[in-house]
Amino acid sequence: MTAVETEKAPRNAVFAGIDTFVNRHASVLPTVAAAVILSVLLVGANIRFDGRFLTPGNISALLLNNAFLMVLAVGMTFVIVTAGIDLSVGSVMGFTGILGASMLSGGVPAIVVIPTMLVAGALIGLLIGVLVQYFNVQPFIASLAGLFLGRGLAYVVSLNSIRVEDPVVLWLQTTRFRLGDWYITPTGIIALVVVAIGALVMQYTRFGRTVYAVGGSESSAELMGLKVARTKVMVYVISGLCGGLAGLLLTAFSGAGYPRYGIGTELDVIATVVIGGTLLAGGRGYVLGSMIGVFVFATITTIISFMGAEQSWTHIIVGGLLLLFIVVQRAIVARTSRTG
Amino acid sequence: MTRNNHPMGQPTPLVEMEHATVRFGTTLALDDVALRLYPGEVHSLMGENGAGKSTLIKALTGALRLDAGTLTIDGTAMRFATPYDAQRHGISAVYQEINLLPNLSVAENIRLGREHRSHGLISPRRMEREAAVVLSELGLSVDPHSPLGSHPVAVQQLVAIARAISTDVRVLVLDEPTSSLDSDEVAELFRVIRDLKERGVAILFISHFLDQVYEISDRITVLRDGALVGEYLPTDLLRIELMQKMLGHDAPELLSRPRPASAAVPAEPYLKGRGVTSSLGICDADVDLAEGEVLGVAGLLGSGRTALARALTGIDALDRGELSIDGRPVRFASPRAAMKHRVAYSSENRRTEGIVGDLSVLDNITLALQAQRGVFRKIPPARQRELAASWAEALRIRPSDLDRPVRTLSGGNQQKVMLARLLALSPRVLVLDEPTRGIDVGAKVEVQNLVADLATNGLSVVFISAELEEVLRVSDRVAVLRDERVVDTLESATLTVDAVLALVASPETTEEGE
Repeated sequence: MTAVETEKAPRNAVFAGIDTFVNRHASVLPTVAAAVILSVLLVGANIRFDGRFLTPGNISALLLNNAFLMVLAVGMTFVIVTAGIDLSVGSVMGFTGILGASMLSGGVPAIVVIPTMLVAGALIGLLIGVLVQYFNVQPFIASLAGLFLGRGLAYVVSLNSIRVEDPVVLWLQTTRFRLGDWYITPTGIIALVVVAIGALVMQYTRFGRTVYAVGGSESSAELMGLKVARTKVMVYVISGLCGGLAGLLLTAFSGAGYPRYGIGTELDVIATVVIGGTLLAGGRGYVLGSMIGVFVFATITTIISFMGAEQSWTHIIVGGLLLLFIVVQRAIVARTSRTG
Repeated sequence: MTRNNHPMGQPTPLVEMEHATVRFGTTLALDDVALRLYPGEVHSLMGENGAGKSTLIKALTGALRLDAGTLTIDGTAMRFATPYDAQRHGISAVYQEINLLPNLSVAENIRLGREHRSHGLISPRRMEREAAVVLSELGLSVDPHSPLGSHPVAVQQLVAIARAISTDVRVLVLDEPTSSLDSDEVAELFRVIRDLKERGVAILFISHFLDQVYEISDRITVLRDGALVGEYLPTDLLRIELMQKMLGHDAPELLSRPRPASAAVPAEPYLKGRGVTSSLGICDADVDLAEGEVLGVAGLLGSGRTALARALTGIDALDRGELSIDGRPVRFASPRAAMKHRVAYSSENRRTEGIVGDLSVLDNITLALQAQRGVFRKIPPARQRELAASWAEALRIRPSDLDRPVRTLSGGNQQKVMLARLLALSPRVLVLDEPTRGIDVGAKVEVQNLVADLATNGLSVVFISAELEEVLRVSDRVAVLRDERVVDTLESATLTVDAVLALVASPETTEEGE
């Protein structure tokens, strides 16, 4: 057959150059954009508040106040890169927090309580993962079930706030390692270690690369002989585990367990992950980007409180940023998928 | 059936499939098929779309399980649950639709899953080095670090092959590996195939390019309608015989016109366009389409073929120019408006703009008619079934099960479902954009004959195709497009492919064949 098909003439060389650049670096661009926005926010706030914003104390506090959010964001990054979603993390955090507080107040030693909290979170994650993978339930629905389950269990454990007096758990928050005016608590260290491990696993392990592969194309990953089923279950287990750890950090941070903790937090987490450059469609994103996303979120919150404005503004601004980022990501995806 | 015994003096085949049977619901996709692969041979698997080639290779590579029959590797019976299992036993496949990951690097696409790890950690640099070795073996110079999605399809295809050969591959399945390669790249691929052959790899090669099949194959297995036709040596099998075995009927049909060209253009054409111009790619086109005429449209990609079709059917608004039907001027504000004047359009993008894969054959056929009637005048179910059945019968849609999801049909049958949907609207003018793209020879002939039959019954057809032979075979007259303009409209009876090519290609040569 004489198939008379030819390519159209190449476009302008400059555009081609930009195209090549965008294609080659498409996956990092949103994260770079997030870093730029974070810098602009920090520097802008510092100018606005006459140098009182970018102080070691304030920056240290940014991390400490949001350690739990950062841990949740790491788990959520794994899930979203597989093109899934985990709505349960806020409830899981609330449930494991109240569970831990209740066990501690009953005299169970921290050495038992802490692993129990982590396992409880991981089990809820496992349940969601199995629903998604083996019962073909939409991640949205499966994790919504996880959300209700976690919240329900939290109320079953206690309807009221339970104070935590355990020295180990309180040590996590009250100890301050200082370096000049900078300081960090064990909770902050845990959050940073989780970020580091998360980034390492995502970039340098077969499991981590399979997470990206599943997000890129599940059927291709399957045909390439990658272990898709195991990976898809594991990301929810990881997210649940992070939920349990966040429960511990939040309990230490607030000095109490409370069954209503973490209502709506899952949406904050998703927002920070997306702002950090992870594509909701899956296949692209970075754990370090999600950390930047959390800092963007935290900085906006702090700026609002510096200005003495109503905290609802945080969500309005974050909402705006989120819209902007999703539009930018769509544009990048549209550009790169054209050549694919 | 001419089955010859171990061609290379090999005592046992590396792969032996016997009585292989796969059912989809009540249909037999694979019916008692046998396949033998010997080490160091290139074995071509031939058949039309829907003959069972894909099913067979899916069963071989663990993507699908056999309902009955056996698969033996090296004399040991196997049951692969996943492609991973098959790959562990040295069976890899490269599929026609590239099944790789555009979001990961070239190196990862080649090595992921078999990469070297120390303490559980991957070394991206080592991975890229390993990938570079395989790539250079293929004579491919791409940066292993670059994302796969940033490369053209041909490169991606070669990367897929690089992945398949980067392990201890013993059986390599190549499903239409050359469809997106140019002739140099094909030569390079064949060099690699011969190299693998030397190393004792068994290669199962699937291609619809007969030249390539005859060039590279040691043996040929032919399938038709899910059943085995036979296993042959290429030296014993003439091409025309191969075609006949694939199609199950005489090949001369391929060479003759489906009906004599009717060159007579009546004084007043049914559909008339003057100076048809749309900013989306067609300029000053004059079109005359008589009742019962097939007007072919020939031209390069981007010459305005599709833009003309869209302008004629109300999808793109006209910037200038006028259309008239039966002498009365018309203006189509939308495809719906065109449909009111019984002008129907079938898109070149069957998958995205045509069929609804998850709906049944019946729903797909009645979809447009129901839409035209509006939601409040629902076609009674019995009437729907009757209507769909009659079209499925008339167009010989196979399998004839009306309740099957359309996506499970072969490309040719999907195309027929599209046609049935349009014909159910009883149009007077049918604009077909690439109706035979991506379907096999047998289905092509069927679609072409169908178009001829429809025209004989008084339907006017605009037939657009990138394949010139086909345009010439089917049409009464051919409008040749170049650079978004109609260069000439010629009678196809006296026209040759070369004459049209000359017209399409360069502005200097005109007047030919006039």
